[in-house]
Amino acid sequence: MATGTSYVLEFERPLIELEKKIDELKVLSTSGTVDFSSEISKLEKKAKKLQTEIFSDLTRWQVVQMSRHPNRPYFLDYVHYLFTDFVELCGDRAFGEDPSIVGGFARFDGKPVMVMGHQKGRNTKENMARNFGMPRPEGYRKARRLMELAERFEKPILTFVDTPGAYPGIGAEERGQAEAIAVNLEVMSRLRVPIISTVVGEGGSGGALAIGVGNRVLMLQNSVYSVISPEGCASILFRDAAKADKAADAMRLTAKDLLEMKIIDEAIAEPAGGAHRDPAKMAEALGKTLRKHLGQLAELSPDELVQDRYAKFRALGVFSGR
Amino acid sequence: MAWFSKKPRIAVDTEPQAEPRPSRMEGLWAKCETCDEIIYRQELEKNWMVCPHCEHHHYWAARARLAALLDPDSFEEFDKELEPQDPLGFSDTKKYKDRLKSTRKNLGEPDAFISGVGRIQGHQVSVGCFVFEFMGGSMGSVVGEKVARVFERAHELKCSAIVFSASGGARMQEGIFSLMQMAKTSAAIARFRTGTRPYISVLLNPTTGGVAASFSWLGDVILAEPKALIGFAGPRVIEQTIRQKLPEGFQRSEFLLDHGMIDAIIHRKDLRAKLGQILGLLG
Repeated sequence: MATGTSYVLEFERPLIELEKKIDELKVLSTSGTVDFSSEISKLEKKAKKLQTEIFSDLTRWQVVQMSRHPNRPYFLDYVHYLFTDFVELCGDRAFGEDPSIVGGFARFDGKPVMVMGHQKGRNTKENMARNFGMPRPEGYRKARRLMELAERFEKPILTFVDTPGAYPGIGAEERGQAEAIAVNLEVMSRLRVPIISTVVGEGGSGGALAIGVGNRVLMLQNSVYSVISPEGCASILFRDAAKADKAADAMRLTAKDLLEMKIIDEAIAEPAGGAHRDPAKMAEALGKTLRKHLGQLAELSPDELVQDRYAKFRALGVFSGR
Repeated sequence: MAWFSKKPRIAVDTEPQAEPRPSRMEGLWAKCETCDEIIYRQELEKNWMVCPHCEHHHYWAARARLAALLDPDSFEEFDKELEPQDPLGFSDTKKYKDRLKSTRKNLGEPDAFISGVGRIQGHQVSVGCFVFEFMGGSMGSVVGEKVARVFERAHELKCSAIVFSASGGARMQEGIFSLMQMAKTSAAIARFRTGTRPYISVLLNPTTGGVAASFSWLGDVILAEPKALIGFAGPRVIEQTIRQKLPEGFQRSEFLLDHGMIDAIIHRKDLRAKLGQILGLLG
């Protein structure tokens, strides 16, 4: 698992500082003669209460920050926890290799599956290589290639969404960013194998959806999924990028919101304090949920899988009139 | 009637503008957006809104376009009764509901897309066209639904599908629902493609964002009008990201043709004949 410097969000700080104090006391306890155990247990209780207070009622903007937390588990962390035998497959066979999307075959509970996801970096160097998880057309074309491979070998596809969005750059436009995304949407809608897409961090617009057309769409509790970033929405509609918190509220972009609007099938609870506080436990919960849905989808024939996915997305939209 | 009216140039972002920016040129006379020549309005209209001096393709209203490109009296409109809702209770500088109401009042259209069935040189087509002046042609649930139905209708009738796209992208005011229209419309095309009829996508100025990145770029044949702005991200977003000025002609039809991203650029005066020709070969 990649490690970087630990990072603390403003609203996490009181909890982190309290925990640091507890740790210091514990060290003193073991090295010295004074017994701090009652003091420690008091502080631990306080920390637990504080944790509940902070995380039970995050604002949407705070959830956005959680979804982007630099210590949050990324796709390859879940590969590490949930899969064995991972064989990474690279390249779009047309132009290049885009490391902002990673994919390949692996085993889940011993059975081969195709896994792929957006991959952010843990530090500046990694982020340069991964382009902050913002794919270029090559990334989407690689993803499509791998999904078609999975279909050919009749393996289920698990995708993990975590991107600020598709990269807006000159080369990306020259090589058909829009076309690459569009083709993925069409191809995913007709693949004859089970597809489960999970938003594990940021679900940034078309760049997220391009690997997100699943029979099941799941989200981790502190992930977000929206048509445009809150900052983008704020700068265009509110004429002020600083109003991103307001835009986040207006767009209703959290897992809870999307579950209420019946866009997603399930929101997966995160460990206390968020996925980054206990990645192993997070992966365990995610694995359990994936297992359940894979089991359900295994009952469907290829035709039924296509029909199921079609019906799911065909029904999305709110309007009046027949 | 005013001799001139103010006529802002169309600015495009990845996402639709908060206020619709009408490019309609009202008044008896119009001024070309490119060469500044004064043109008698009737002459401009007769010339498919193309400047007779410099060939600049001005915005051509959806209904006028359909009337001119389809065989006379062949168009039957469908899904007129579909109307937008406000699933998020969205409000920015103005309530989405109010914005819808005032736009509808100004334009007489319930949303940003007109669709139906008609004929081109005798070939039956299931056809749709964006109304760009309706909130920048942005795609919410109604547009997505109508687009999906264009392909479903074409599939049922076993006829060709044509969509004329002019859109800034997804409609932010409908949040995640608008994003999902990309998947919905693309899925409808996948199903349509199990048949043998062609889908011709005609890209107009501008086609960007979620509309470019879904059904618009999925045409079996993709045509564009000259000098149309077409791409995923809007030029301003790209400039802000890479902190460079974009080269002249970037993301214009000619640039896309050069990069192998579209099939052909068709002058408006040739569009009906070209569509007829392709339908004759494939439809």
